[in-house]
Amino acid sequence: MNTIVSLLYNAVLNGTPLMFGTMGEVLTEKSGNLNLGVEGMMYMGGAIGLAGAFYYEKMAGSAANGIVAILIALLLAFIAGAIGALIFSFITISMRANQNVTGLALTIFGTGVGQFIGEYMRTKEGGYVVVGNGLKNFFQASPFPKALQDIPVAGKLIFGHNIFVYLGIIIAVIMAIYMNRTRFGLNLRAVGESPATADAAGINVTRYKYLATVIGGGISAIGGMVYIMTIAGCVWNHEGLAGEGWLAVALVIFCLWKPISAMWGSTLFGALLIMYLRVRLPIPSEIYKILPYVVTVAVLIITSLRKKKENQPPESLGLSYFREDR
Amino acid sequence: MQDNCSIEMRNVSKTFGRIKANQDVSLKIYKGEILSLLGENGSGKTTLMNMLSGIYFPDEGQIFVNGKPASITSPKDALKQGIGMIHQHFKLVSVLSAAENVILGLDGSLMLDMKEVSRKITEICERYHFNVDPDKKVYDMSVSEKQTLEIIKVLYRDADVLILDEPTAVLTPQETERLFDVLREMRKDGKAIVIITHKLHEVMELADRVAVLRKGKFVGELMVKDTNPQEMTNMMVGRTVMLNIDRPEPVNPTERLNIQGLTVINEDGVKKLDNVSFTAMGGEILGIAGIAGSGQKELLEAVAGLQPIKSGSIIYTPENGESEDLVGKTPMQIKNAGVALAFVPEDRLGMGLVGGMGMTGNMMLRSWQKGKGMFVHRSDPTALAEEIKEKLEVMTPDINYPVRRLSGGNVQKVLVGREIATAPSVMMSAYAVRGLDINTSYTIYNLMTTQKMKGTAVIFVGEDLDVLLELCDRILVLYDGKVSGIVDGRTATKEQIGLMMTRFEGEGGEKNE
Repeated sequence: MNTIVSLLYNAVLNGTPLMFGTMGEVLTEKSGNLNLGVEGMMYMGGAIGLAGAFYYEKMAGSAANGIVAILIALLLAFIAGAIGALIFSFITISMRANQNVTGLALTIFGTGVGQFIGEYMRTKEGGYVVVGNGLKNFFQASPFPKALQDIPVAGKLIFGHNIFVYLGIIIAVIMAIYMNRTRFGLNLRAVGESPATADAAGINVTRYKYLATVIGGGISAIGGMVYIMTIAGCVWNHEGLAGEGWLAVALVIFCLWKPISAMWGSTLFGALLIMYLRVRLPIPSEIYKILPYVVTVAVLIITSLRKKKENQPPESLGLSYFREDR
Repeated sequence: MQDNCSIEMRNVSKTFGRIKANQDVSLKIYKGEILSLLGENGSGKTTLMNMLSGIYFPDEGQIFVNGKPASITSPKDALKQGIGMIHQHFKLVSVLSAAENVILGLDGSLMLDMKEVSRKITEICERYHFNVDPDKKVYDMSVSEKQTLEIIKVLYRDADVLILDEPTAVLTPQETERLFDVLREMRKDGKAIVIITHKLHEVMELADRVAVLRKGKFVGELMVKDTNPQEMTNMMVGRTVMLNIDRPEPVNPTERLNIQGLTVINEDGVKKLDNVSFTAMGGEILGIAGIAGSGQKELLEAVAGLQPIKSGSIIYTPENGESEDLVGKTPMQIKNAGVALAFVPEDRLGMGLVGGMGMTGNMMLRSWQKGKGMFVHRSDPTALAEEIKEKLEVMTPDINYPVRRLSGGNVQKVLVGREIATAPSVMMSAYAVRGLDINTSYTIYNLMTTQKMKGTAVIFVGEDLDVLLELCDRILVLYDGKVSGIVDGRTATKEQIGLMMTRFEGEGGEKNE
């Protein structure tokens, strides 16, 4: 029983960065933009988010407020990702360059920027960048009162998570309502499916693409910050994000471009990522550790076999649009 | 008439790269009138109308709406001015429902009220006797339903000016009749209607006035009641054109293809062809009629070796050769045996041509194996490209200009011209004149007839029943992948074929002949 509760708890913990990465990319892809730069944007978000919290604490000293630190980290991570996505948008939407190449370039760029900032801080601060224990607790502990958390089983699984889990759920619900119930969401879906149709209907295709991609990039980057501040223990290490961004890109397909499904999907992948620590199987741990990547390949194969029209990617995904093209 | 003027275009010009699509065009559109815009392919009809619908912005000239100068820089502006356009290729999102497509892009409350939208759509449907379910997804709709939805979309936005670009190209005769009734109804309501079409009998039946464009320039207008198809054609082309299709009796027809029990199941597991049997004779044109998507594409592709065949046989007998079964042969073997396929898909570049290449490059796609060693032959394809450009009057700055940038009709000429040039013994063509103007269409009909007289078995999948009836010796009607009947092109009527297209008349086969 304890093993299962602990596995589920840690699955959610490890799935949260993926959830942000996935939701951001869902929003981006709904507008018809395939941004493969998720890994890069998450890197930037992680490094800059950490930097924000770290230097805030350094300046404020003992007066540092946890809530303020979280807000600063969130905001800086979002802006970092949004800037990355803005570069991507300009190159692919305005300049109509190939989205795949641009996305890969953004990943290389973002990884580099993230590593640079991380390493710069590390050497500058004497080889070790870590946020103090007081602030760390704000990032990693549950925002709910202890009484709620002490309820057996449910307490830990429902009220025991860090604040970003709940923030992610709120964003997922808002995104789902936005996309399925509002006028703007409908317009956004039309832009991703058929920009020519949307354009003829009087929708500003460029504006929708820019906004969705930039906001999506910001949300993805928050995932990077969440990874560094929770799983990685508020410390910059050389490994960085270890491919979380790429898992997020695959998860988008697995979740059929639905924000609500991103919650279940990321939890499942969170479980796969840590299963080797929690559930012993008689196989070498090196092979056990590649499980999430093997499942990713399997998922992509299985999902590509689906036939239902609603479960297909946005029809014009990856294509640039120019009204006067003929 | 002056008060009734809804739209006036004054000295409008538009250039694409090196091609002048419209030059100094002036045109008036009146309320309560149906105007038909005529012109050959590439004469700039669609471009002109796209400037009204906000897709393109004129390089020069001015547009007046209800007497006031208007700047239409986007489709949204056009809708604000009450101009709605129904494009040749429908602008619908296929995974959305009818109602969702209708309200796309409209301003209003943040949250959607689909019930209210459905109610308004039902109202419009009752007003014009449409039958559309607001919750139906577009991918489940037939072509005519999609078109109805496009019209509802425009009416929902309270448009006063309706522009339809070749609306009847994909409709059955019965559906066309319904559409015309609706348009007449709208004319009665005082709406201004512009219809772009190549079918002159439709113009005679429906329109009040015609405006003619030639090579991007306005050449004049006629009142329909004072004119006839011959005069309109001459005006379009700029010289006298013979408007009848020569149909010589087949000379010594011999069996070329004998298809028995052909069944094809597509990759989604849907039966696209069901036990199709027929013969195609050398020296004869076999027409194939049917609603779009009844299995025409699959039939031709199966013969060309591009579709996996579930069961059945395709026995091919070359002019002086042994009969052989084409089932199981590769497309290359079939092509080398003398069976050619010129398929013009809905997006003309989708199959057969490479958009980024010029005419020469596209000719080489058929002859790339002919060179020595690893090098391709360039001079023959260049000569062929020049010849096609001459003969079919392809409007292109030069033969190496990317075909993607040519107008649709010109792209098609390149495709059909190339296939005919291979001098096959079975020539299959689908929608060879789709969207082509009258002059080029007749050129292509005559090319088909020339092929027939050479002893080629011509299989001609067409959309325009009038043409099929004039051109073909026999007409096979497909209904939902089954042969609904084979009729004699000389005696059959349009109504008869129209009915066969919409319902299966039992084990028709050759009995109706």
